[in-house]
Amino acid sequence: MTGANSFQVSGYGPERAGWTRLFARDSMTRRLDWPILLSATALSLMGALLVYSATRNRTELNQGDPYYFLVRHLLNTGIGIALMIATIWLGHRTLRTAVPVLYGASVFLILLVLTPLGSTINGAHSWIKLPGGFSLQPSEFVKITIILGMAMLLAARVDAGDRPYPDHRIVLQALGLAVVPMLIVMLMPDLGSVMVMVIIVLGVLLASGASNRWVFGLLGAGATGAIAVWQLGILDEYQINRFAAFANPELDPAGVGYNTNQARIAIGSGGLTGSGLFHGSQTTGQFVPEQQTDFVFTVAGEELGFLGAGLIIVLLGVVLWRACRIARETSDLYGTIVAAGIVAWFAFQTFENIGMTLGIMPVTGLPLPFVSYGGSSMFAVWMAVGLLQSITAQRPMSA
Amino acid sequence: MTNIPETGRSTRVQTRLVVIQILVLSLLGTLGGRLWYLQIRQGDEYAKEASGNHVQQVVQPAVRGSILDARGVALADNETRLVVSASRTDLLKMKDDGKAVLTKLAGVLGMKPQEVMEKVRLCDAETPQPCWNGSPYQPIPITDEATPKQALQIRERAEDFPGITAEPQAVRRYTSPGKANTAQVLGYLSPVTDEEIQKAQDTESPYLRSDQVGRSGLERQYDKALRGKAGVTRYEVDNLGRVIGQAESDAAQPGSNLVTSIDSRVQRVAEYELNEAMKAARKEMDRNTGRTYEADAGAVVVMEAKTGRVVAMASNPTYDPNAWVGGISAADYKKLTGKDSNYPLLNRATQGQAAPGSIFKVVSSAAAVEAGYDFDGRYDCSSSYSVGGQVFKNFESADNGAITIGRALELSCDTVYYRLAHEEWKKDGGMNPKKPNDYFYKAAHQFGLGKETGIDLPNEVTGRVPDRQWKQEYWEANKDAWCKTGKKDGSYVEKISYENCLEGNKMRAGDSINYSIGQGDTLVTPIQMATIYAAISNGGTLYDPTIGKAVVSPDGKQVDEIEPRSHGKLPISKTTLAKMDDALAGVATRGTAAWRFGGWPQDKIPMHAKTGTAEVYGKQTTSWFATYTKDYAIVMTISQGGTGSGASGPAVRNIYDALYGVSDDGAIDKKKALLPEPVKTLPKIKADGTIASPKVSKDPVKDLQPTDGASEAATEQGGNAPADPQDQQATVNPPDTGNRQTRRRKRRARA
Repeated sequence: MTGANSFQVSGYGPERAGWTRLFARDSMTRRLDWPILLSATALSLMGALLVYSATRNRTELNQGDPYYFLVRHLLNTGIGIALMIATIWLGHRTLRTAVPVLYGASVFLILLVLTPLGSTINGAHSWIKLPGGFSLQPSEFVKITIILGMAMLLAARVDAGDRPYPDHRIVLQALGLAVVPMLIVMLMPDLGSVMVMVIIVLGVLLASGASNRWVFGLLGAGATGAIAVWQLGILDEYQINRFAAFANPELDPAGVGYNTNQARIAIGSGGLTGSGLFHGSQTTGQFVPEQQTDFVFTVAGEELGFLGAGLIIVLLGVVLWRACRIARETSDLYGTIVAAGIVAWFAFQTFENIGMTLGIMPVTGLPLPFVSYGGSSMFAVWMAVGLLQSITAQRPMSA
Repeated sequence: MTNIPETGRSTRVQTRLVVIQILVLSLLGTLGGRLWYLQIRQGDEYAKEASGNHVQQVVQPAVRGSILDARGVALADNETRLVVSASRTDLLKMKDDGKAVLTKLAGVLGMKPQEVMEKVRLCDAETPQPCWNGSPYQPIPITDEATPKQALQIRERAEDFPGITAEPQAVRRYTSPGKANTAQVLGYLSPVTDEEIQKAQDTESPYLRSDQVGRSGLERQYDKALRGKAGVTRYEVDNLGRVIGQAESDAAQPGSNLVTSIDSRVQRVAEYELNEAMKAARKEMDRNTGRTYEADAGAVVVMEAKTGRVVAMASNPTYDPNAWVGGISAADYKKLTGKDSNYPLLNRATQGQAAPGSIFKVVSSAAAVEAGYDFDGRYDCSSSYSVGGQVFKNFESADNGAITIGRALELSCDTVYYRLAHEEWKKDGGMNPKKPNDYFYKAAHQFGLGKETGIDLPNEVTGRVPDRQWKQEYWEANKDAWCKTGKKDGSYVEKISYENCLEGNKMRAGDSINYSIGQGDTLVTPIQMATIYAAISNGGTLYDPTIGKAVVSPDGKQVDEIEPRSHGKLPISKTTLAKMDDALAGVATRGTAAWRFGGWPQDKIPMHAKTGTAEVYGKQTTSWFATYTKDYAIVMTISQGGTGSGASGPAVRNIYDALYGVSDDGAIDKKKALLPEPVKTLPKIKADGTIASPKVSKDPVKDLQPTDGASEAATEQGGNAPADPQDQQATVNPPDTGNRQTRRRKRRARA
C-alpha cells in the first residue's frame, strides 16, 4: 500500500481473471487494509464467544436454545462481511452518487420507526420488527448516510479544486442534511445514537477543513443543547436516572445504579487472566443486564480478565489507528472525510460503551462495534469497514 | 502519486487529522488505564464482592436429639409435619402489607384471619404473645398442622399466595408414651431471639436464625447437646436466586440423644396418682376452714435411693408440651402463663417450695443427737408445751408420756422437738446469744437445705433455712414496712408486724420451737426432701439428683454417661442412722403412715415413711409424704391438700405397688412389677445409632388395674362417693385403722 503499488493502476485489466487476479501483486486483495480486516474479524469472533457465554443460560431470551445468539451473531457477522464486500465492490465513490437515494431511504426508515410499526426496547423506540424474529435499527444506517452525505457536500467543491475549504453555505447545507435525521432519532428517543451522530458531525467538520468557527460553534451549540435538553425535561426519567447513577453508582445499588455496579463487579473480579470463558459467576449468574449487547465487554472483563479485555481495546485500537492512517493518506477530501467520520463514530462508540462498563461514562444504549450482539449495528460497522477498504484500495485512482 | 497530498490538501486538515488520531488513542489509553485500575489494582475487592453477590446460604436445620426414658422409650422426638410459613419480607412488599394474602391463607387453613396476623407480627415491648420473636427475615411458621390438601392448595396456587410456603419439616413431638406427659421435666422450645444470637455469636455453638432453643426443663438444660449443628450449603445463584452450582456444604449434624433415668410407665403412674390424690383431696372437707381442700398444686418425685437418679417427677397442674410446637397460640399462652393459670409451666418438684412440716423431723432428730441428746433417751411427749405464756400444742393434743426420739418420729410427737429446740435455744443464749451452736440450723444446712440440690433442671429454687443470718437480712429488708403497719393492739397481722418491727432480727424462742417441726419460715422443695430421704436410705450420701443418664451421639458411638455425684454426707453416725431407719420403718408399720401401708409386705420390702402436715398462714395445710425403701425414695406434696398421709398417702402407696408389683393383700407379682429395682444399664444402642425401645403400653395405669378399662370411670365414681365421709374423718384422725382405705378401697371393691 505504499507508493510502489500506486503505480500499478493497470491491475484492473481485463486479461486477468479469477483467483489469479485476486492475488496478483497489484490486485484488490493486496490493496486491502488487512490489519483492519483481521482485527474486525477477530473482534466479531470474540464477540460471538462472549455473546454465547452471556446468553447460553438466559433461557428467557434464547428460547431454550443455548446457541441461539451464537448462531445469529455469526450469521450477522457473515452478512456484515458480505455487505463489506458489496461496499468495496461498489466503491465509496459510486456510493457518493447514490447518496440522495440512501439518504431518502434512511429518513424513510427512521420515520417508519415512529409509526406503530416501530417497537420499543429499553425505553428507546428505535426498532422495526421484521418477520422471523429479526429487527432492524435504522439509526445505525443513518450514521453511514450522514457521513456519506456530508462528505459529498463538503468535499465536492474542494475536490473539484474550486476552493481550499468548504465555505459557510456548504457547511450549512451539510449541517442541515445531518440535523434532519438527528432530530427524528431524538424523537424516538435514542439519545445514544444522537450523541454518536453529533460526534460524527464534529469529526466530519474537522476533517473537511471547515472554519474553526464552525467547529467551536458546534461544540458550543452542543453544550447549550445538552443543557437545554436537561432543563426542558425532554429526557425521560430513565435517561436522567442513568446519568444520576453514573454520578454516584452507590446511589441505589438495587435500582438505577444496579447495571453500573454489577458491570463493575464483573469486570473487577476478572483480575489479570479472568475466570475463564464460561466460568464467570457474574456472567453465569446473569447479574449484568443486557450483557450480550451493551454490556458485552463485562463478559470479556470477567471471563478473560485484563489480558482478554485489553486485547479487545487493542484490536479496536488497531482498527482506529489504521482508519486514521487511511484518512490522512487519502488524497481526496471525500475519502478523508468519510474515513474521519468513521473514526469519530467508532472511537466514540468504543469509548462510551467500554467507558460505561468501567464506570467512567454514563450508561447509554450503544453497542460495542463488532463485539456486541445486534444485526443492524454489525451490518453498519462492516459496511463502514467496506468504505475504509474502498478508500484505501481506490486511493491511487483519485485526483 | 504519493501519500503526501498535493492539490487542495491543506495543512489545516492534516493537522486536525493528527489531533483526531491523538485524541482517539488517548481515549483508548484511558480505557486501558481504567481497566487496569479495576482489574489489577482493585481486583481482589471486586472478586470478594462478586462472590458475595452470587453465593446464597441455605441452612438445613439439624434434627434435634430425642429425649428417651431409661428403657429407650422416646419422651420427645421429631416428626415430619407440613409447615406453612409466611415470609414477612415478601408480605411487606405488598401494598396492604400482605393482609389480603394472610386473610386468604386463613381461609384455606380454617383459621381466623386475626389469629394468622398475630402469628406473623413481631414481638416487642408492647406486643403481647403470640408474636414472632425470631428473626424478621426468617419464614414465620403459621401452622405445622397443615393437611396435605391444604398444602397442595397453597402450592398449586402459588401466585395467589406470594410469600407463603408449605413444606414438610421436622418438628418437635412430645410423644407422651403410655400417657406419661412429663411436661415440666421435658420443658419446651421456642425460636431463638436476636439477643441470644448476638450473645452466642462468638461462642463454640452459635445460634442460627432458624434455631429453636430449649426454654425450660431438659430441653433447656441439655440444649447444647440436643441441638446439634445446622448444616450450611452455599449455593451459587444467579441474579434471580436460581441455583447454578453448589459451592460447598457442611452437612447438618443431628443432635445427640439424651437417655434419662425417667421410666415412662412409673412417670405415668406418678402423674395419674398425683392427679387422683388431688381430685380426692378436693372432695375432702377441711375442718379448719370449713371448705373442701383446694389442692391447687402438687408434686411427686420418685428417686433411685442409691444414685439420686429421678425415675419419675410429676408436677400438677400440668399442660400439654405440644402446645408450644410450631408457635403457641394466644389462647394457649394465656392458659399457661395468665394470672388464672396457676402456672402449670412451673415444675413444682424443683420450683415449688413450702414449709415441710413433720417430714423435717429427721433433720431435727439428727440435730438433737449432734447437740448431745441420746437418741434412745426419754423425752416427754406432753399434749402441749408452754413458753412465756404461749402454748405450743402437740398435734391432735395427744399425750404419749416419755418416749425416745425414735418413737417421737413414729408418732410425729411435736412436743418432744419443741422441748429439745427450746433447750438448745436457751443454751445458745436466748434473746442475747453468745457464740450460739445453732445445732438445729447447722443440721439443716448439712442436710442440703437452703440451697439447690444441683438437679439437672434449670431454675431450681433453694428453699430457705430461717437461721439467724436469714432473720437479720429479712428484717433489714422488711422492717420499714413492718414498723409502718405494725400496731401493738391491732389485728393479728398488725400485732405480728409490730413484734417483727421491734425484734424481727432476733431468734425468738417461738421461732426455734416452730422451726423444730418444720413450721414457720422454713421452706423446702420436694426434690430436696427426696434427696434427704434417699440419703437416709443409702447410708447417708446426699446425691445430686439427676434426670439425664447419658448423652448418646447420633451415631451411637459416643456415650457420655452422667455419673451420680454426691454433694455431701448426712451429719448422722451409722448407729444413729440405723435407729432412725428403724423409727421410720415404724412410721410405716405402727406410726402415722401405718394406715396407708396395711398389708404391705414389710418383711420382703421394708418400707419407711414420714408424714408431714405443714400449716401455712391464711391457707389450708400442705400435705407432705416422704417415704423410702432400699431402692427408692418417694416424696409427694399437695399444696392445700390436707394431711400428709391423708392426701398423699394412697397415691404414694399406689406408686410403690406399681413399682414392686404389690397387690393390696401384700402379694408380690413380679410380672406386674414395673421396676422392682432401678435400671442399671443403658438401653441398647443399635448399630445405626438409634436406641432400641420396648413396646409401649397404651396406659400403664390401666394395665395395673385388675378390671377392664371400660367400666373404670363408673367404678371410680361409684367407689369414691360413699368413701367420702370416711375420708374426711381419716384426715382428722389418721391413725384410726378403721379408715385405712380411702381411694384404695375402690380397688378392693372391684377386685
